[in-house]
Amino acid sequence: MKFTWFNLMPWPYLPDDFREKHRSVWVDIDQRLFDPVKSNEVYNTYMDLLEYADTLGFDGIGVNEHHQNGYGIMPSPNIIAAGLARRTKDAAIVVLGNSIALYNPPVRVAEEFAMLDCISGGRLVAGFPVGTSMDTNYCYGQIPALTREKYAEAHELIKRAWTERDPFAFNGRYNKLRHVNIWPRPIQQPMPPVHIPGGGSVETYDFCIDNTYSYSYLSFSGYLRAKALMQGYWNRVEERGAPDKSPYRAGFAQTICVAETDEEAERLYSEHVSYFYNRCLHVYPGFADAPGYRTIKTIQTGALSQYAPPRGGYTQLTWKDLTEQGHVIAGSPETVRQRMEELIKGLHVGNIFCLMHVGDMPADKCMYSTKLFAEKVMPHLRNMFPEYADDDRFWCHPIAKRAVPGSLPAAPTTAPGAPVRNPVPAE
Amino acid sequence: MQSKTVQTKHAAIRYLEGGEGEPLVFLHGAGGMTPDDPILKELSSRFHVYAPFLPGFGETEECETLRDMLDFALHGWDVVEALGIKNPILVGHSMGGMIAAEMAALAPNDVSRLALICPAGLWLDDHPIVDMFSLLPFEMPKYLFHDAEAGAAMMTSGLKMDDPKFLQDYLIRNARQMGMAGKLLFPIPERGLAERLYRVKAKTVVVWGESDKLIPPVYGPAFQAAIAGAKLVKVPEAGHMVILEKPSAVREAVEALA
Repeated sequence: MKFTWFNLMPWPYLPDDFREKHRSVWVDIDQRLFDPVKSNEVYNTYMDLLEYADTLGFDGIGVNEHHQNGYGIMPSPNIIAAGLARRTKDAAIVVLGNSIALYNPPVRVAEEFAMLDCISGGRLVAGFPVGTSMDTNYCYGQIPALTREKYAEAHELIKRAWTERDPFAFNGRYNKLRHVNIWPRPIQQPMPPVHIPGGGSVETYDFCIDNTYSYSYLSFSGYLRAKALMQGYWNRVEERGAPDKSPYRAGFAQTICVAETDEEAERLYSEHVSYFYNRCLHVYPGFADAPGYRTIKTIQTGALSQYAPPRGGYTQLTWKDLTEQGHVIAGSPETVRQRMEELIKGLHVGNIFCLMHVGDMPADKCMYSTKLFAEKVMPHLRNMFPEYADDDRFWCHPIAKRAVPGSLPAAPTTAPGAPVRNPVPAE
Repeated sequence: MQSKTVQTKHAAIRYLEGGEGEPLVFLHGAGGMTPDDPILKELSSRFHVYAPFLPGFGETEECETLRDMLDFALHGWDVVEALGIKNPILVGHSMGGMIAAEMAALAPNDVSRLALICPAGLWLDDHPIVDMFSLLPFEMPKYLFHDAEAGAAMMTSGLKMDDPKFLQDYLIRNARQMGMAGKLLFPIPERGLAERLYRVKAKTVVVWGESDKLIPPVYGPAFQAAIAGAKLVKVPEAGHMVILEKPSAVREAVEALA
């Protein structure tokens, strides 16, 4: 199993009446709710928490890309990842990911991911989301019906830029480049592993299967509701005659809160869970799915937009509802272990993106929950798929001897390498 | 109106045909078209009307090879060619007006007259056009109609706006139609037309519903100023869907071009 400690980086100061006074947490969120001075503390705490997860033995630490979004203050995940690459030792740097249709030209992604791989010593796990409609269409102005074509071209360009050793010309519809020749290139050969976040598009299933990429369902509504969608993926894996059904072909994001007891979990975390599900997910439905963003085929297969709240909205969901329906897995280590086992077996997933910082959770609670998970839950879930233990196609391959950041020699007092003049004669 | 099909290089195009007289090509807007649209009845009382469904609209399949403004303008001419007509009167509503204007700028000698009904295609920074792509179904009528309540009933054929049957059909239809329309209109309905309108030679009328809240009537004078000799007709008590609310006024404006 691969456990990645993931931080969405929500803005923790949305007001109590956010839902009533504001129509959306995303796209046209009120500028005045962001306080740049406070963000100094917020960013640094969030990065500290990601680094803390590395020290506890999580396999990966994860970041993602959102724009104009009150629950994700990471328009550039690569900036955060660069900081993490320097201050962490072992965890994979999981960037899930860069919305490659938005970069002009997309070789920028090939270059920045290569830099991250080189700085981290081969610890990069790359991600190529199409991007949500909010980010891609409404914030970044991409034409919905052309987004997928542009994405596919960007992917081809990045893959070639990573793997070809001679300069080449790329005559795309959206990218005309006479000299593609990235410098640097990634440590991992032929290229870093790739995870693709998806929301139920049949096309994305096929794309992952064809390229041996891991399919990640990043939902906030939990594993019980994800069953049908993930089953659709596994059916497709079988239909397309993939050589195996390795659980590492798939990943799933799950909100997790651990305490000593179930009661303590509710007491400690329910307000932060409520903050996330009530305020952070308050997205104006008109932004959820620009016409043309999803293919007709996908709409007809009935995949609901992952941002559509359950009937009646989240406000009516209590802690009990959220935990029983699986949006949130919370409780004592034993409760969490049992439910995580259900999730892992039920969805047949080898990559878990653990959403352990929730809403406006303060650092101490987050560390408490994270430590309990790392020490009392994770070890019991390690060996869920012994028959696939050797499948390393979907994870990074760091070099053995990695540079140690901050290990410069003592500052020289004389010109380095020059012969020592006027040596002090020995007594 | 009769429903027929004509083949172009890109797609099998369904179109409606009716009436007698000079050939007139009607290009619908992003909201699509139905055979019962009163504007078709009005226009076909005086002209030989051809009203093609753009790819993704009505029974015309989507077409991935049409991507940008030039593709759509040439597609318009491909359809005219396939219909076997010469020097048509071009009438376009909203997005259809944008396409008709591009066609007339592209081939200024091949259009006999041009009528632009609340056309898209220009952008004035002081008068931003509402983001029609993010509007929810129930929000549409107040932007489209002078009488929003009556307009809502026209949009849903009497069903309630939150009726699951209406919403389900709407979702699929909207994804097809607005998905295609987005290639010209998303995120800002402007593709450089202002720089090409000087080429239009056809006698032109610009028609605007005075209560248009989707593309405000201030765009009327902007079109008029850009096309030499263009006339501007303002229709009272009509919104963006002036073709539904005051179809006879539109027909009269087209007739007056002769």
